[in-house]
Amino acid sequence: MADLEPGRLSPADLARVGLAGLRARPVRVVLSALGIAIGIAAMVAVVGISTSSRADLNRQLQALGTNLLMVGPGQNLFGEDVHLPTESVAMVDRIQPVTAVSAVGAVPEVSVYRTDKVPPGQTGGIQVVAAQIDLLPTIGAESAAGTFLNAATAQYPAVVLGAQAAQHLGAVVGQQVYLGTQWFTVVGLLRPAPLAPELDNAALVGWPVAKALLGFDGYPTTIYARAVEDDVTAVQKVLAATAKPEAPNEVDVSRPSDALAAQQAADATLDALLLGLGAVALLAGGVGVANTMVVSVLERRGEIGLRRALGATRHQIRSQFLTEALLLSGLGGLGGALLGTLVTVGYATTRGWSAVVPVWALLGGLVATAVIGVLAGLYPAVQAARLAPTEALSAPV
Amino acid sequence: MTALIELERATKRYAGGVAALRDADLTIGRGELVAIVGPSGSGKSTLLNLIGTLDRPTSGTLRIDGHDVGSLSDRQVSALRAQRIGFVFQQFHLTAGVTALHSVADGLLYAGVPRTERLVRAADVLHQVGLGQRLDHRPHQLSGGERQRVAIARALIGHPPLLLADEPTGNLDSVAGAGVMALLRSLHTEGTTVLIITHDHDIAAALPRQVRLRDGRIQAGSDG
Ligand SMILES: Nc1ncnc2c1ncn2[C@@H]1O[C@H](COP(=O)(O)OP(=O)(O)OP(=O)(O)O)[C@@H](O)[C@H]1O
Ligand SMILES: [Mg+2]
Repeated sequence: MADLEPGRLSPADLARVGLAGLRARPVRVVLSALGIAIGIAAMVAVVGISTSSRADLNRQLQALGTNLLMVGPGQNLFGEDVHLPTESVAMVDRIQPVTAVSAVGAVPEVSVYRTDKVPPGQTGGIQVVAAQIDLLPTIGAESAAGTFLNAATAQYPAVVLGAQAAQHLGAVVGQQVYLGTQWFTVVGLLRPAPLAPELDNAALVGWPVAKALLGFDGYPTTIYARAVEDDVTAVQKVLAATAKPEAPNEVDVSRPSDALAAQQAADATLDALLLGLGAVALLAGGVGVANTMVVSVLERRGEIGLRRALGATRHQIRSQFLTEALLLSGLGGLGGALLGTLVTVGYATTRGWSAVVPVWALLGGLVATAVIGVLAGLYPAVQAARLAPTEALSAPV
Repeated sequence: MTALIELERATKRYAGGVAALRDADLTIGRGELVAIVGPSGSGKSTLLNLIGTLDRPTSGTLRIDGHDVGSLSDRQVSALRAQRIGFVFQQFHLTAGVTALHSVADGLLYAGVPRTERLVRAADVLHQVGLGQRLDHRPHQLSGGERQRVAIARALIGHPPLLLADEPTGNLDSVAGAGVMALLRSLHTEGTTVLIITHDHDIAAALPRQVRLRDGRIQAGSDG
C-alpha cells in the first residue's frame, strides 16, 4: 500500500501561490506595503545621510590631518589674561615628535578698511594678526590667490586676507587696504581654513612689520603645532608645561579636529530621534500588514477550503499565508530601501557629499521587514490553517 | 480485495446536537457509479464530506482504500485527498482571475508534481473535457457548464480513483447538466469510482446504484 506522504510544495510554488494571492488585490497590497516602505525609507535615509556626512567629515579630517594642536594663553589664578612667553614657539619646536610649528599674534586695536574714508568702527570684525611665514603648511590652509607672506614681504606693509575678510573687503590681489594708519598692499587671499576658522576673518601681516608699524608686542597668541600622528596625545600633555614652564596652568591647549568631530556627535542625538520615528512608522506598517492578512483570510475561506480539498496540509496553508505576509512586507521593505537610498543620494548631492548607504542598514532594513512580515502574518496564517475544510468550503463565495 | 469505501456505524453530530448522519453502514466497491439522494437536510453532503475526509465521523469508522481515516494525521489525510480523491462542488470553486489552465494545474499542486508537468497535463485534461479552446479563459469568461467542466478537469487531473460530486448539476440548466453527467459517466467507464449527490430523479434513476438518505439515516442502497 502506497505511503500517505504529502507532496512537497517547492519554494518557487510557494512564492507563486503567495504572489497570486497578492496580485488579486493590488490596491490593498500597495497601500499596506506603503506603511512598511515609509518606515524603512525613513530609517535608511537617516542612517544613509548621517553616514554620508560622517564620511565627508572623515575625508576632510583625512585631508587636513588630526595631528594639529593649538596652544594659546589662558588666564592666571586671578582671572587676568596672561600671555605666552616669546620663546614658547621655539620651546614647542624642541619637543621631539613635533614636526612643524608656527604662530600668530593678535595685533590689538588695529583695524583694516577698504579705504581711508570709512569711519573708524566699521571694521566688519576683521582681526589684524601678525603671522609667521611658515603658517600655511602648518595649519593645512591654502592660498586662493596671490602668495603668502615671505621673508621679504613680512618686512613691508603687505597683507594676506582670510577667506571671509577678503569677501568682506571685496579685495583682490594687488589692491591696497587701509590698515591701522597706513596703506597695506594685498599680496594674497586664503581659502577657508577648516582647522583654524579663526583665521578666516583675519588680516595677516608680517611679524616684523607688525612690530615696526602697528605697535605689536611680539607675544604669540596662538601657537600651531603638528605632531607625529601616534604621539599627538603625548605631545598634547606636555605642551602647556613646555610653552610656559613656570605656569603651565595659564596655557590653553586644544585639538581643532576634536571640535569638528564634536559637532558631528551633536547631530547623532537628532539621528536617534528620527530613527525612532522610522521605527514607529515601521511598526504601524506591520499592523497594516497584519490587518490586510486577517481580512484576506476571512475573504478567502472558500479558496482555503478548496486547497484543503485538493490535498493541502494545514502546514502548507499556514506557509502560504506566511509567505504572502512576507512578500507583502518584503515589497514594502524593498520599496523603502530604494526610497531611502534615493533620499540619501538626493540630500548628499545638494550638500556636495558623496552618498554612502551602509550595506548593514539595507540588510538590517530587510531583516526588520522579514521579522515584521512573520509577526504580522503568523496569527492570520494560523487562523487559516485551523479552519476546518468543510467550514471553509461552505463559506459564501 | 477490499472495498474502496467502508463506513461502519458512522455518526456525525454537529456542535449544537444535530445528528446529521446516524449509524451509517455503507460499502462502495471500486469502479462503482453511485447516486446519493434524499430530501434537503437529510445528510447527503455530510456523508460525502466524511467520505472525502474533509470531516471526520463523531463515532464509527471510515476506511478509504483500506486506510482507517480516524487514525490518520492531518498530513496523511491531506495526502489521501491529494492522491486519491477528486472533488466537484455545486459552486465550482474557481478563483476569480485565474485561467482555466492554471485552475486545473492547481489540482496537482499538492501532489508534488513539477510545474511544467502540471501545465502540460492541465492542457491535456482540458482538451479531454472539451475545453481545449478555453485554456486562457478566466471564470467570468466561461459559461456555467464550462466552469463545472473546468472544475471536473481539476478534480481528475491527478487520476484519483475516487471522484465525489456534490450536486454538480445544481447550478446548471438541463443541457449543460447533461454534458457534465456524460463526462462523469465516461470517467466511470474508465474505471473511476464516482459518487454523485443529486436532486434530479431522472439523473439518479439512470445511475447503476442509489443510496437514499432520510433524516441522517441510510434508507436504502447501503450495500450494492
Ligand atoms: N456545520 C454544521 N453545523 C451544524 N449543523 C449542520 C452543519 N452542516 C449541516 N448541518 C445540519 O446537518 C443536517 C444535514 O445537512 P447536509 O448539508 O448534510 O444536508 P444535505 O442532505 O446535503 O441537504 P441539501 O440537499 O439541502 O444540500 C442539516 O439539518 C443541517 O442543518
Ligand atoms: Mg448538500
